[in-house]
Order: sequence, then C-alpha cells, then structure tokens
Amino acid sequence: MVEKAVALSALLFVLGALGALTRRNLIVILMSIELMLNAVNLALVSFSRQWGDLAGHVFVLMVIVVAAAEVAVGLGIVISLFRNRESVNVEDVSLLKW
Amino acid sequence: MPVEAIVKVLFMFAVMVIGLAPIITWVERKQSAVMQDRIGANRADLAGITLIGLLHPAADVIKLITKEDVVPAGANRVMHMLSPVIAAVPALIAFAVIPFGGVYQFGDTTLNLVGADIDWGLLYIFAIGSIATYGTVIAGWSSNNNWSMLGGLRASAQMISYEVTMGLTVVGIFMVFQTLRLSDMALAQDSSFRLLGFLAPYLGNDGGVIGWLIEHVRIPGWGLVYQPLGFLMFLTAIMAENKRPPFDIPEGESEIIAGYFLEYSGMRFGLFYTAEFLEVPVIGTIVTSLFLGGWSIPWISTADVIGAVSGVFGHGFATGLCIVLHVLSFLLKVVLMIWLQMALRWTLPRFRYDQVMDLCWKMILPLSIANVFVTGLVILLMAPR
Amino acid sequence: MTDVLFYLFAGLAVAGALGMLLNVRNTVAGALSLVATMVSLGAIYVLLDAYLIGVLQILVYAGAILVVFLFVVMLLNLREDVFSPERLRGTKRIGAVIGALVCVELILLVPRALGPAAEIPADFGSYRALGTALFTDWVLAFELTSLLLLAAMVGAVILAKRSID
Repeated sequence: MVEKAVALSALLFVLGALGALTRRNLIVILMSIELMLNAVNLALVSFSRQWGDLAGHVFVLMVIVVAAAEVAVGLGIVISLFRNRESVNVEDVSLLKW
Repeated sequence: MPVEAIVKVLFMFAVMVIGLAPIITWVERKQSAVMQDRIGANRADLAGITLIGLLHPAADVIKLITKEDVVPAGANRVMHMLSPVIAAVPALIAFAVIPFGGVYQFGDTTLNLVGADIDWGLLYIFAIGSIATYGTVIAGWSSNNNWSMLGGLRASAQMISYEVTMGLTVVGIFMVFQTLRLSDMALAQDSSFRLLGFLAPYLGNDGGVIGWLIEHVRIPGWGLVYQPLGFLMFLTAIMAENKRPPFDIPEGESEIIAGYFLEYSGMRFGLFYTAEFLEVPVIGTIVTSLFLGGWSIPWISTADVIGAVSGVFGHGFATGLCIVLHVLSFLLKVVLMIWLQMALRWTLPRFRYDQVMDLCWKMILPLSIANVFVTGLVILLMAPR
Repeated sequence: MTDVLFYLFAGLAVAGALGMLLNVRNTVAGALSLVATMVSLGAIYVLLDAYLIGVLQILVYAGAILVVFLFVVMLLNLREDVFSPERLRGTKRIGAVIGALVCVELILLVPRALGPAAEIPADFGSYRALGTALFTDWVLAFELTSLLLLAAMVGAVILAKRSID
C-alpha cells in the first residue's frame, strides 16, 4: 500500500502545482499550496511507514504547524489586500511586474 | 461483518437517537414549563389520550416531514441540502467511542461494551467536533440571507475558539488517567480511594475507630474529584462548542430571528433540530465518561459486585447482573447531565457575543493552562518515590 | 478490505482536488471539495498506521485551517469569480502535459527505490511514541515551532488590524 500512497501523493502534488500556477484567484492559489503540502505529508507518512522511522511523523507535524502559520499570515495579507484594492485577482496586484 | 459490533452500534443508536432525543424534546418543554410555573405543551393526543405531552415529539416529526420544503431563490441548492447532513452526522458518530459498559469475561469470550475501542478515542471526539463547524458555516452562507450569514460567521468563530479551550481543559484529565482511551478512563474511575489515607502512616497499629474511619471513608475515584476546575471549564467549553444556551448566539432566537437556520423548513430544519438535540446526550455521555466515572457505580467496584454475587448465583449470572447495573448507572448519569443542561438553559440569560469570546480567550484559556501546571505539580509531588 | 478502503479514499481525495481546481465560479464549493480531500487523506493516514497524524490532520487541517479559508471567503463575500479573458491557453495545456509526465515518472520510479517494508513496533504512530520522540529526540524542532507559531500569531493580528495608532 505504500507504493500506492506515494503514487497518490505524486498525483496530488502535480494537481496542486497546476492549481498554484494557473489560477488567478489568490485564495485558490493558497489552497493549492495547501494541497501540495498535504501531498508532501502523505509521502512522508508513507515512507515513515515503510522504514519504521518516526522521524517522518515528526516532520509531518512540523509541516502541519508551518502550514497553519502560513495560512494565518497569508490570509491576513489577503484581507489587507482586499481592503486596499477590492479584488483578490493576482493580475490586479502586478504593479512590480516589468 | 462482526455481529457484535453491529449489535452494539444498534443499541447505542436505539437508546440515544430513538430513545433519548425525542424524550429530550419533551423534557425541554416540560422542564422549562415546570421551572417557569406554567403547564407546557400537553395538547398532542392520540384519540383523546394526552400522555402529559409525551406525544409531542411524534407530532413534531409528522409536522416536519409533511411541511413544504422551501429553498430560497438565489441559494446554492447543493450546499443548502448538504449542510443539515454535515451538522447532524458528527453528533451521531460521536457515540461510537463512548463506553456504556466495561469489559466483561464470560468464560473465554470477552465482551467490551464500546462501539469502537480506539486508542485515541478522546482525540476522535475533538476531531469530529471540529467537522461539525462546517454544517453551521455552510448553512449560514448558502441561504443567501444577511441574518443567516451573520449567524453562520458568529457560529464559526465561536466554535473554533471553544474547540481550542475544550482541548486544553481535558489535558488535566489526560495527565491524571494517563490515557486517551475512553474505556480505560472509565475503568480507572471504577475504584474509590480513602479520603483520610494520608493519616495512615501515622497510625501505629490499626487502632480502633480512627483506623476504621480511615479505611471506610472513601471517595469514588471520579474525574470530578481529581479535576473539579477541569470539570467546570470543560462543561462550559463543550456547551459553548455545541451552541447550547446560554451560548446560543448563532441561533439567537429573539435577536437575529433564527440565525443560521432561518431559511430551512420541513425536514431539513428537522435534521438541524435533531442534531441540536442529539448534542445534549453527546455532551452528557462525554462528560460522564471523563468526569463522572462512566459506567461505574460509585463506591461499588466491579470486583465487589462479582465477588458478592458469584458466590451465591455463579459467575455468569454475576457478570450479567454487573452488565445491567453498569449500563443503568451510565444511563442514569447521562440523564442527570441532560437535566443539568436543561436547567442551565432555562436559568441563565444569553451571553452577548463579545462576552462569549472574552470568556473563552481571557478566562477559560489562562485558567486551563494554570490547571495543567497545578495538576503537573501535584502529580509530581505525590508520585511514589 | 484495507485496499478497498484505500482506493475509496484515494478516489475521494483526487475528486476533491479536481473539484477545487476546476471550480472556477464558486470558491466556497472549491474550499469544501478541499475539505473532502483533507478528510480522506486523514483516513489514509490511519490506514498507514499513522494514527496521531491522521486525527491531527482532521482536527487541524480540515477543522481549523480550512474553516479559516471559508471564513475569509465568506467575509470578503467572494461569490463569483469574474471571468477575465483566457490567456496563455497553450502554455497551460503544455503545463498540464508536463505535469502528467512528472506524475507518471514518479509513480513508475519510486517503487524501485523502496526496499522491503520494515517491521514496525505495535505502538507505531500512536500519540505515546510520537510524544516521546518529540520530547526527546526532536525537542529543538518542537521549541522552534512554538516560536514560529508565536511569530505567525503576532503577524496575523497586526496584518488584520484596521489601523495602527
């Protein structure tokens, strides 16, 4: 079952990457990043199960904590952005683009 | 398919959903009436026989099923239909890990009266409690109505705040009983300890009256005795999490009409209503298992019962009697907790929203952390050297 | 039985991910699909003997992080995503093809690198084993994440304040 879990993790990671790179809604981009992090968690847990090492689980805990922190700060930024620009479309905040 | 598990699940379902939830509807009407010095609902009858209002739950169900199902224009139909389900399912599956009896030996078969005896039972309950947030949030949003939206947003903020507090207040119990498995916790509360046990080393020989007093003045080893502050805080937190009055701002009956289930009618509202009234026994069973000794009878441990009866009637009969007594004791404690919640509902006025948030973050959270510290200190000092 | 359950939850996870990606108009529906993905991933963790991680996934990810996402979406009242004209269509399609190739490559190559499965102790993935590991071997990481959470909390509060006076 570990191979199948790793395959699922690869699939979810690719889906998340596609979402983060092609969608224009900032919140959907953040959600796609969460999906990528989850795919990585799944890979870590499967490898930890394969080799019986709890370090994988500890790493997954750290990733969950980092994801929670990132969501908190990221959504705070989204709210501030929305207050200033009335839009969460990333194309509206591309002032620094050449 | 394991027959035993199915029978246990059906038993829990029969007792809680079919037995208790309608009774609680009746209790709410009758207890509030008695507390407010009026008669209450007693008109529903079956060919002229009114059973002091006990037929009202049945009348409610018939009314809700036959009502017209209105979905507001502009509402998202899928989510409007999905949110009562998301609200009701966590209340139902919480009963899976509650032990309504202990572990009994019948010769070479073991009977464990829990639906699913998982090692992390308490964490499971918190996890599904956090899923229950979605029912409220989606109900509020999908109704395309300002008042529902307001109720939904307030509800989600209240529920996620009190989830945190619920988790922290139980850490003390976790430290005392050293397990997250609810059946082990109930088993650990099956004994009683001597109230005056600290005097025992100072008594030379087991002398007379004082020795008898030390030996026989006992307190049941319930979670309530080990963690009184934890009990109060957990009761508050879990009532606020399930939006029970006095924390029912989200459905503020007289303020924002019906809050997040304003646009629901017919059986969709019936499902929300059922979820609401299923949460009362959920709270009751969880608090019973953690703090009130679960299925154990105070002062009489399992060994006492089996030892006393098996001499006369045989071991099998003694165990059977034990099962009956334990399940009855569990149900009695749950009924006591239901009565307590109803009494609290009709006594305390509704909290204001900022008072609810203040209570969580500024009062219960620091107190629960202090509780953890004090519990740790006491455990450290009283550990056998 | 475990295999059937695994395929069920894996299918649900992928369906949820696709639901989030392809749901252009309704952001709330996309967030809810992601909740389905998180819950099924939690179930898969339990199938892989990672009990504490599984329940934490549901408690933290599905029960808190995505609720905050939903909260923000509802607060900002983002009902419909306004369609701007589609650009870079060709690039997106090539990107999807490359993504599929990467995925297939990983699926084919990784099983060769896995050796035989190791024997795991009976309490593998339980809260006791993980708690012991966190407080003995990995205590530095544990303390650093608490600092990280403090920084994130302070940052989020400051970012969401209306004015600093």
